[in-house]
Amino acid sequence: MLNPVIDEDGAPFWEFTARGELRIQACAEEDCGELRFPPRPCCPHCQSFATEWRLMSGRGRIWSYVLPHPPLLPDYAAQAPYNAVLVELADAPRIRLAGNVVTAPDAPLNSLDPARLRIGAPVRVAFTEIDGVAVPRWLLERG
Amino acid sequence: MLKDATAIVGIGQTAFAKQLPETEKALACRAILAALDDAGIAPSEVDAFASYTMEETDEVEVAKAIGAGDVTFFSKVGYGGGGSCATVGHLAAAVATGQASVGVAWRSRKRGSGPRPWKNTAVQLPTPGQWTRPYGLLRPADEIGMLARRYMHEYGATRDHLFNVALACRNRANQNPAAIMYERPLTREMYMTSRWISEPLCLFDNCLETDGALACVVVSAARARDCRQKPVYVHSAAQGLPAQHHGMVNYWNDDPLTGPAWTAARHLWKTADFGPQDVDVAQIYDAFTPLIPLSLEGYGFCGRGEGAAFTEGGALELGGRLPLNTGGGGLSEAYVHGFNLITEGVKQLRGTSTAQVPSAATCLVTAGEGVPTSALLLRS
Repeated sequence: MLNPVIDEDGAPFWEFTARGELRIQACAEEDCGELRFPPRPCCPHCQSFATEWRLMSGRGRIWSYVLPHPPLLPDYAAQAPYNAVLVELADAPRIRLAGNVVTAPDAPLNSLDPARLRIGAPVRVAFTEIDGVAVPRWLLERG
Repeated sequence: MLKDATAIVGIGQTAFAKQLPETEKALACRAILAALDDAGIAPSEVDAFASYTMEETDEVEVAKAIGAGDVTFFSKVGYGGGGSCATVGHLAAAVATGQASVGVAWRSRKRGSGPRPWKNTAVQLPTPGQWTRPYGLLRPADEIGMLARRYMHEYGATRDHLFNVALACRNRANQNPAAIMYERPLTREMYMTSRWISEPLCLFDNCLETDGALACVVVSAARARDCRQKPVYVHSAAQGLPAQHHGMVNYWNDDPLTGPAWTAARHLWKTADFGPQDVDVAQIYDAFTPLIPLSLEGYGFCGRGEGAAFTEGGALELGGRLPLNTGGGGLSEAYVHGFNLITEGVKQLRGTSTAQVPSAATCLVTAGEGVPTSALLLRS
């Protein structure tokens, strides 16, 4: 599997996932406060360098998804076809996170029957550790 | 003013194949020398070069090999297939502003037989990949497939619409002896039963990875009148990097379905004497079929969400509302980062295409959608 190649801007995101928290970068300027993703040094709205990481509820909805088939990198090919999704966060619909919907945090990428995927389906985040990095995964909400 | 100040006067290409024995450098030189010969211009007169940052053969090597004179302008455009039209745009700007007099743009590529980055785990992935790669969004097909699924969901686009695109390109390739798919017709049955690459995209929604090289020559309009071939004028040129864009995965834009095409189009039409309704033939970047409806909307041939319906009723075929990718495009002629779309546009305006649109006088050419892009309006 490919571990995230973490840069300075992205490092806090992964530090928080290690604590089981989904946090998104936001402008810390009092009269701005805009969320932004992917992380970057300054706010594209007000150009402030004041930054905070805001805790998200971890709930979202599937914005879109694909089912990749081989040829793929070996680790991924072994689990193909799997789903890769884009989740829009309930707290911030303009923030969309790529991920995978699985039946349990540690389950394989192809653990969910693709027939259960649909755009708009509610999901919630969970974390699984892969080679020392806590990677977000998504579980279908019941009902 | 760039408008009609310069013209493409020479085009050249090598054979296209899954595998060619020569190096990228040798292929580049062959294509460039063919383009100069087509123009009737000596290699020693070349003083400007433009290509892609992803081009392995740099201008120092090319200039030395072909016997160029002193070079006073050179440029490389980033973002893969988004660079094709910008190479011509940069040369046109350089020639129009007197920085050079004879420019050569080229692309040489061995992706039919060579490596692909998403098949190599040893390669350090670029930083933005930390937000997509771990989740198995590995290939451009996966990344564009995500937008395609959302587009189909929002606007009722179907696989039949994507098939319309694949078929139009294949039908034109069937008329083009240089195309890889020259003697290989496509049927709806073949399309609908082909293997998946990344659902909702199947095999025929993807371009052909190809070995080959192409080039073109740009000079001033005044100089063009003395060249061997009928000039094809660079009427308008634009690049497009939209606000809050993120290369390949425009997922974090407010509206991911309005990609770089929209940005390039706004500038392209602003400096043009004609509009989308006056375009006789279009060469639209087709690394994946869904890029066509997205681009049709972006470049203003139809309204938002109407790109799929636009493909119905043979609109993209010869004799349709907008004949598309008349050499076969990336889907069926060759995928050389879209450079064949430029040369095919030139052929149409010269009247020498293998799928000629009668008396075509205006052509839109676009570069890779989904990445920072570029586009050209050409006229005869």
